[in-house]
Amino acid sequence: MQLDTLPLNRVARIIEVDWSQLGEAEGHRLRCLGFEAGVEVEPLHRGWLLARDPLAVRVGRMTVAIRLAHASAVTVAPL
Amino acid sequence: MSALPLVALVGNPNAGKSALFNALTGARQKTGNYPGVTVERHSGRISLDDGRPAELVDLPGTYSLTPTSPDEAVTRDVVMGRQAGERRPAAIIIVVDACNLDNHLRFALELIALGLPCVVALNMVDLAERDGLTLSAEKLSAELGVPVIPTIAVRKRGLEDLRTAVTDALSTAPSQADRAVTTPVALGDLRREASRLAHAAILAERPARRTTRMIDSVVLHPIAGPIILFATLFAMFQLVYSAAEAPVALIEAGLGQIQDWVLRVMPDNLLRSAIIDGVIAGVGAVIVFLPQILVLFAFILVLEMSGYMVRAAFIMDRLMAGVGLSGRAFIPLLSSFACAVPGIMATRTIEDPRDRLTTILIAPLMTCSARLPVYAVIIGAFIPDQRVGPGIGLQGLVLFGLYLSGIAGAMLAALLIRRTMVPGRSLGFMMEMPRYQLPSLKDVALGLWQRAVSFLKRAGTIIALTTLVLWALLSFPQVPNGSAKSQIDHSIAGRIASGLEVVVAPIGFNRDMALALIPAMAAREVAVSALATTYAVDAKDEATTEQRLRERLRAGWTLPMALAFLAWFVFAPQCISTIAVVRRETNGWKWPAIMVGYLFALAYVAAGATYWFATSLGL
Repeated sequence: MQLDTLPLNRVARIIEVDWSQLGEAEGHRLRCLGFEAGVEVEPLHRGWLLARDPLAVRVGRMTVAIRLAHASAVTVAPL
Repeated sequence: MSALPLVALVGNPNAGKSALFNALTGARQKTGNYPGVTVERHSGRISLDDGRPAELVDLPGTYSLTPTSPDEAVTRDVVMGRQAGERRPAAIIIVVDACNLDNHLRFALELIALGLPCVVALNMVDLAERDGLTLSAEKLSAELGVPVIPTIAVRKRGLEDLRTAVTDALSTAPSQADRAVTTPVALGDLRREASRLAHAAILAERPARRTTRMIDSVVLHPIAGPIILFATLFAMFQLVYSAAEAPVALIEAGLGQIQDWVLRVMPDNLLRSAIIDGVIAGVGAVIVFLPQILVLFAFILVLEMSGYMVRAAFIMDRLMAGVGLSGRAFIPLLSSFACAVPGIMATRTIEDPRDRLTTILIAPLMTCSARLPVYAVIIGAFIPDQRVGPGIGLQGLVLFGLYLSGIAGAMLAALLIRRTMVPGRSLGFMMEMPRYQLPSLKDVALGLWQRAVSFLKRAGTIIALTTLVLWALLSFPQVPNGSAKSQIDHSIAGRIASGLEVVVAPIGFNRDMALALIPAMAAREVAVSALATTYAVDAKDEATTEQRLRERLRAGWTLPMALAFLAWFVFAPQCISTIAVVRRETNGWKWPAIMVGYLFALAYVAAGATYWFATSLGL
């Protein structure tokens, strides 16, 4: 399952990140923000009204805002 | 200062680095620029344990030594000793957020590998405890092989220990500096090592961030979130008016007394006229707005320091994406409400070059504080002070409308710029959302102080100078005795304005308005003092208070003219500093030229449309 389709407040573990789907700068920043296989994630909030974008997601002990396009590169397994 | 040992403060964004810097240096700070790049250099003096002084430099926050923005490149170059105009630090203080060890230790490991003497400041340990973490600085220190000092920057805890550790690090400098390891380490390996260290240091752990999650569930709520954001911004603009009222009255009274005193002690001559109508009227008309500007800056500082600003970016991202920008542009754009110059400089945190350029080009459309004096005078003169609802004044509502017009213009411009001049895919939106924090009063006060000083410096130099030049342009050549012509018509400025008047007449501007536009190129707020000077000279009236100016404006202008003047100032690029900064940030004249061109065109059309629409309504 990809992170962008994981329901809110559902805890999951990152299985892998498809770095090839991301540009070099995007991938680097995503790594810096803690996206790495084995890390626990939990989607917390979405954009306003009917917009699903962007996504606030807990990554380990940090909360990070990303867009769904990037979240779709992250494969997760719900815990 | 170059003989002093240099100590650099390095760390991830949101590690509390700036608060630690403020706590260590107090008010003894200097702000400069790194040569060749447009990154600000913040430094200050600290005294070591042995009484020797050292220079502390606050480097831009970054996640790693692989930079993604010019700011981050400076941090890398300084710690590697490759930054032009900067000596290599003799020691570094690595600031890590105690609540976020996994992430921050990775960068710490990267820094320690450089071989410089270092000290780790384990910052915000109080929040970590509240967050459910029990940490052992000793264990972490043993694992890292460098001293680890627990600190709480905002409460000044641990600063003495940190100073002692830095003193020790500096004295052991030579032996350690030899083992410079600069082999790049794989990010993944560092990350795993950081996780291992974090687990070793964490003695006990409960689920994280209760408070922050609770606040977020309200302010990021899909419906309540945007409402709260807009209510905050609306309250900000209403408060700019109401909270500043009393101090403004005080300043006005003071200026009146100075004027009376000059009138009493000086004979009636050209010099007295220059001092009263030129210097006091000009500088005074600007200083009067300092309270409003400070209220606005206080709001922005508190939003930023509390952590709410990133939430605002989150809420705004969707809208920004609609015009081809990211929520990241929201912070520079919001800063541009205070002044476009720091706003444009803040675009350096936007990694994507296309996003950044677009943000720079539309930043001048955000209503900066320099427009406030112009708006305040015109609104005060032409919009009745009445309530249109509970707590909502008509004047505040019009001001809000002017701000919205600027934003709408910016959105439209961004859309067009992104489609035509800078097409292509952008990096998007990726940001850490820090924990909420009560901003320390001292940090806010320090930020306000720095901004007040820089505003007053402008008021005292550029603005006073342009007012004086304008006074001269208006006073010479002197109208001959017995001539029927008024002084304005006869003066140099009057003649320049006559030429300009032909151009701006179709959009409803009269000669006085055309005249005010000339010195307003230096800075928008000068338009107010220019109008004050103009009307004072015309009427040979020496008591130029703001009230008098309003009366004169009401007598000389119609409502459509006033509205057109407001519309002009929403869009016109009337600020040489902004144009200069855009040139510096884009490395050439191409983009500032494009910006100035499109903004003047927009201003002309908007003012014209406003004038003719208002006239057709019979206002």
